[in-house]
Amino acid sequence: MNPFYVVAFLSIFFAILVISAKNPVHSILYLILTFFTFTIHYILLNAQFLAVVNFIVYMGAILVLFLYTLMLINLNEDSEPAKSNFVKIAAVIGGGCFLVTIVASIKALGQSNPVLMKNPDLGLVKNLGKVLFNEYLLPFEIASILLLSAMVGAVLLATKDKDPKAA
Amino acid sequence: MESLTNTMLGVPLNHYILLSAIIFSIGVMGVLLRRNAIVIFMSIELMLNSVNLLLTAFSVYRGDAAGQVFVFFIMALAAAEVAVGLAIIVMVYRNTNSVDINVLNRLKW
Repeated sequence: MNPFYVVAFLSIFFAILVISAKNPVHSILYLILTFFTFTIHYILLNAQFLAVVNFIVYMGAILVLFLYTLMLINLNEDSEPAKSNFVKIAAVIGGGCFLVTIVASIKALGQSNPVLMKNPDLGLVKNLGKVLFNEYLLPFEIASILLLSAMVGAVLLATKDKDPKAA
Repeated sequence: MESLTNTMLGVPLNHYILLSAIIFSIGVMGVLLRRNAIVIFMSIELMLNSVNLLLTAFSVYRGDAAGQVFVFFIMALAAAEVAVGLAIIVMVYRNTNSVDINVLNRLKW
């Protein structure tokens, strides 16, 4: 049994639990598990750099941010009234339409080639660093500006409503 | 690592597309189903991650490193997006004492 299918099953299982868990804290914990299975996918694809970045940035930074925001927000579980059944069915059908389209087009496509490792050290830090700092140097620098503006925006938004009271 | 990745040789590309499509649709359903703004945000993260995985799979399949560089940029963008989005959610919570998105239907302009 190929490990891909086991990990893929776990990914789908935890992803479903993320959107079906009643308590938002449980959702976040399941999301951490989902991202962990994605890290395993990256390792299986020998994309070591992305595996490490996914582990540190997503599981380390982003989900801690989610958890802290949830702690800032006083959550009581009955604060989220369930949507009506009609809306739920419509949502599942709406999401399923995309899936059906993709599956049907894949079926029409027929058997595809297996994912072969053409270049074994493709996803290694050395190789990706060379590509990143030669071909994609400008986008890399722009990404730093994006992060800076996001930081400024987050600080500005999160501290905003103290100013009117002070003024 | 080489022997580990060699066991992956049998997986067809279609299965990666299928997995990513399933995770993406789960994310879409999460956005449509839930009313808690934070859970909606997490569903968006789920969608971003499924696209990341597909880009990586295509990158390995084609032997082109550009796909993995794009994934790196998407991760940086997701971090920025989460920081701003969660700040907005905190601000909405301070103003309305709720993170239910239905409270926000008075946002007309």
